[in-house]
Amino acid sequence: MTETPPHSRKSPYPLWFFIPAAIIYGVLFLFPTISSLWYSLTRWDLSTAQFIGLENFQQFFSEPFLVKGLVNTLLYAVTTSGLKTVCGLLLAVLLTSNIFARGFLRTLVFFPVLVSTIGIGITFTVMMHPTKGIINVTLETLGIPGPGWLTNPALALFSVALVDVWKGVGLATLIFIAGLAAISPDYYEAARIDGATRLQQFFRITLPLVRPATVIVVTLSLIGGLRSFDLIWAMTRGGPGFSSDVIASVIYKQYQAGFYGLSTAGNVILFALIAVIILPFTLRFDRREVEE
Amino acid sequence: MTHRIKLILAGASALLALAAASPSHAETTLSFLIDNNPDTVAAAEALVAAYQAKAPDVTIEIEPRAGGGEGDNIIKTRLATGEMSDVFLYNSGSLLQALKPAQTLVDLSGLASQAKVVEGFKSVVRADGKLYGVPFGTAMAGGILYNRKVYQDLGLTVPKTWADFMANNAKVKASGKVAVAQTYRDTWTSQLFVLADYYNLHAAVPNFAGDYTANKAKYAKTPAATKGFERLKDVHDAGLMNEDFGAASYDDGLRMVATGEAAHYPMLSFAIGAIKQNYPENLADVGFFAQPSDDAATNGLTVWMPPALYIPLTSQHTEEAKKFVDFAGSVEGCKIMVETNTVQGPPLINGCDLPANVPPAVKDMLPYFDAKEKTTPALEFVSPVKGPALEQITVEVGSGIRQPAEAAKLYDEDVRKQAKQLGLPNW
Repeated sequence: MTETPPHSRKSPYPLWFFIPAAIIYGVLFLFPTISSLWYSLTRWDLSTAQFIGLENFQQFFSEPFLVKGLVNTLLYAVTTSGLKTVCGLLLAVLLTSNIFARGFLRTLVFFPVLVSTIGIGITFTVMMHPTKGIINVTLETLGIPGPGWLTNPALALFSVALVDVWKGVGLATLIFIAGLAAISPDYYEAARIDGATRLQQFFRITLPLVRPATVIVVTLSLIGGLRSFDLIWAMTRGGPGFSSDVIASVIYKQYQAGFYGLSTAGNVILFALIAVIILPFTLRFDRREVEE
Repeated sequence: MTHRIKLILAGASALLALAAASPSHAETTLSFLIDNNPDTVAAAEALVAAYQAKAPDVTIEIEPRAGGGEGDNIIKTRLATGEMSDVFLYNSGSLLQALKPAQTLVDLSGLASQAKVVEGFKSVVRADGKLYGVPFGTAMAGGILYNRKVYQDLGLTVPKTWADFMANNAKVKASGKVAVAQTYRDTWTSQLFVLADYYNLHAAVPNFAGDYTANKAKYAKTPAATKGFERLKDVHDAGLMNEDFGAASYDDGLRMVATGEAAHYPMLSFAIGAIKQNYPENLADVGFFAQPSDDAATNGLTVWMPPALYIPLTSQHTEEAKKFVDFAGSVEGCKIMVETNTVQGPPLINGCDLPANVPPAVKDMLPYFDAKEKTTPALEFVSPVKGPALEQITVEVGSGIRQPAEAAKLYDEDVRKQAKQLGLPNW
């Protein structure tokens, strides 16, 4: 048995070729990741770190709002990701069809993606003001009493999620447009000859064939939703009370209070959570693509 | 073109010459970090102008920062990373203790100005027997700002008991005005009913602060401590608040109480400064009273100490910075601040007296300070423990989301976390 196993086959490149990239990777990614794992086990005031074992994790999980933050994070991620995927696909179908002012409409959908999240947050906070905001003032003239979009604890998270969808749907649409463009028109032609309706064409041809784009959109928006922070912070700061807190805002609050070790532990938990949700998801879809 | 290049070269060489020829003696530039409250900026600018006139070789650059939790963050991060300015303004009391002054700040016990600083203030900038700060501004208090015109129009008198207060509120509401302004967009403003109730808590349970620090007393198990949360609920349940309380900001609250849109706004008296800046024509309409208690006989004021000026150990210009801070803490410096800054209560430097024309809200406070036993320092000045989530919890109680008893229990949890992080014994 002197056969060389395949993984030790000699690489065509010399080792030093990889060193610059390895240094960049080590300094920018490996070192921070490992050091944050270490700091999550300490009571850390940025100058001294005292090792306290798993106490930070224990504290984080006994945090009365962690469970709520966790549920909110999942709710937020699923809502935004689902709506972005569905709306993005529908918009993409609309914007690849022969409609009036297509280029302009495409720009219009993509525009919010380019604007600063904080700017959007502040603008919508003003627009969603319960008595003076343009949304409720408009509703009032129609005779409908507008809710406290950001001040009602049952609504706040979803109001932010809607704004997030409005902001992010442009990117999803763009990805779907690219996916739709890759589908050969021959399929549609054949289907039309066979007498397939528009709806049948959509469900039997478009939907299965944009799957790669769908996977990208779902993965990106799910990761984005799970670690979402800036928009929530700009609009509600996790409030009223704790009702729109997500893990990222809980972490930020610990950091603000000076609990650096504790907030690092929170980051490790968030990292693990994203890995646990996203990894099986991408693995599953990757395999399916290979099988096909 | 060549002329321009020559000019640039000349400028550059002049700069180089300056840079080379400026060892320790010539021009010193001190950086001075303050919060962005307009009142603070005005006072700091006046102080710096006066000092630069006295010491022309020193230039002081003022750098404003955000307030609230964001400001705490900036201070802690910059201090820990060695990026702190030469002089900075920050809270005294429990928030100072969280900076670990003995390890991060320059000892200011030796400054000449310390001789005239009153002991009450020294106790809140002291750690390990050393003094680390000089006062910036006057003492202040937590209580209730009220509109004197509304009181006059409705024939109300300043309440001493909670029942009187609620009766006044009912009359204000009946007149169609907002009885109590609440501004939960700026969450910190929601804490006042709880924090300003400390005089009453202290009167009922005199050893609360000590027991609380030692993990022997709890908010949830001390009825007098839970009362603060109940006050919030009372006001919410009676429907006395402005309709947009969840989205209104601190400045909205000030506007409401200054213009008479609302009769009351529970707040720290430093708000008088902001009212003077933003609503100067209404300053005379605003009065102030201590948080009402259950018993008229024990009514008194919960007092906050002002922030202080500190020098970080990382400063490159410690000696120059000390001279400036010494000036700020002197009677002369105090007088400059009292004249430019709005007075929020009595000064903390002996020999620096209040001007005669102080706003009525400040006049309302002085009797409490003059009388014996009518003031007590706020809990955050007598105990290092203050939970960071109190403002969210008070928003919940004030919005009717959470019941007072449950809120007190939750706050105890939050406090436990803080105490553990500080490494206090017995937690």
